[in-house]
Amino acid sequence: MKFLKFGLLGIVFGIAMAKSEAISWFRIQEMFRFQSFHMYGIIGTAVILGVIGVALIKKYKIRDFHGNPIVFAPKEKSVTRYLLGGSIFGLGWALSGACPGPMVVNIGYGFLSMIIVFFFALVGTYLYGLLRDKLPH
Amino acid sequence: MIDIITQTWSWWFSGALIAGIMFFLLYFGQSFGFSSNLRTICAASGLGKKVKFFDFNWKSQIWNLVFLVGAIIGGFLAKHYLSTDAPVQISQATITDLNQLGFAAPASLQPAELFSMEAVFSLKGFLVLALGGLMVGFGSRYAGGCTSGHAISGLSDLQVPSLIAVIGFFAGGLIMTFLIFPLIF
Repeated sequence: MKFLKFGLLGIVFGIAMAKSEAISWFRIQEMFRFQSFHMYGIIGTAVILGVIGVALIKKYKIRDFHGNPIVFAPKEKSVTRYLLGGSIFGLGWALSGACPGPMVVNIGYGFLSMIIVFFFALVGTYLYGLLRDKLPH
Repeated sequence: MIDIITQTWSWWFSGALIAGIMFFLLYFGQSFGFSSNLRTICAASGLGKKVKFFDFNWKSQIWNLVFLVGAIIGGFLAKHYLSTDAPVQISQATITDLNQLGFAAPASLQPAELFSMEAVFSLKGFLVLALGGLMVGFGSRYAGGCTSGHAISGLSDLQVPSLIAVIGFFAGGLIMTFLIFPLIF
């Protein structure tokens, strides 16, 4: 039962992604071609509200429902891994038109060919784990 | 009223819902980052015995797998109860550009040229989907996060590494769209 709330949040996420067409390959193309505000509006609204909310959490030291402080761990400093890894991610995002969340929303929506995309995303994750020590970070 | 639900949801409403999801996850003691699930599934499949990167207590991440299952159900509910199945309303400029690459105007949310069963069972179609997924999976772990972990969670916390990652997302996306698409489509 303690996981039910996460399932409900996932359902809201899936519906929001599908109903705003953020799971569409066409929308991702439109974004990368700078031909519509739609995707920028979705991400921009989330980030602006996110910045305000995170600042408020820090200012008022808001705690989570367990009573523990909400902490934001700083990500390790580097340029290489974020720029290289990010670019590889971006190549795949534009090609398949889906990042990991929208992949599974697409599967639920009935685009079963996304199962292939998701499976190979798992393979890609495995390859990263395999090669991690050899990659510049 | 029903129209408001079944037509495309506005960007601000969807964006606000995503921010809300992020805050609820923080309130529940977790954080919003979807691609971690890929690593968790690898670990749960027993790959931790072979590769150290997958040797961690994946059971602490079950909440995120439940979120993933919810996302699949959400997609199903959106399709069967909340939509009219109208084609995605992209701009005319995009339709024109994609026409030149051989893509027909949208008839649903996804192009048949890439996601129909005919496409999946052609060599090129399969390679497009497989390589796309491969690069998303490899890149998101290399960069330490995807759109949710970096572009939403990381930028909300004004983290410089996340900004660099998002710049990378766009660098890769623009290279694919403007340099590689004309070569492969």
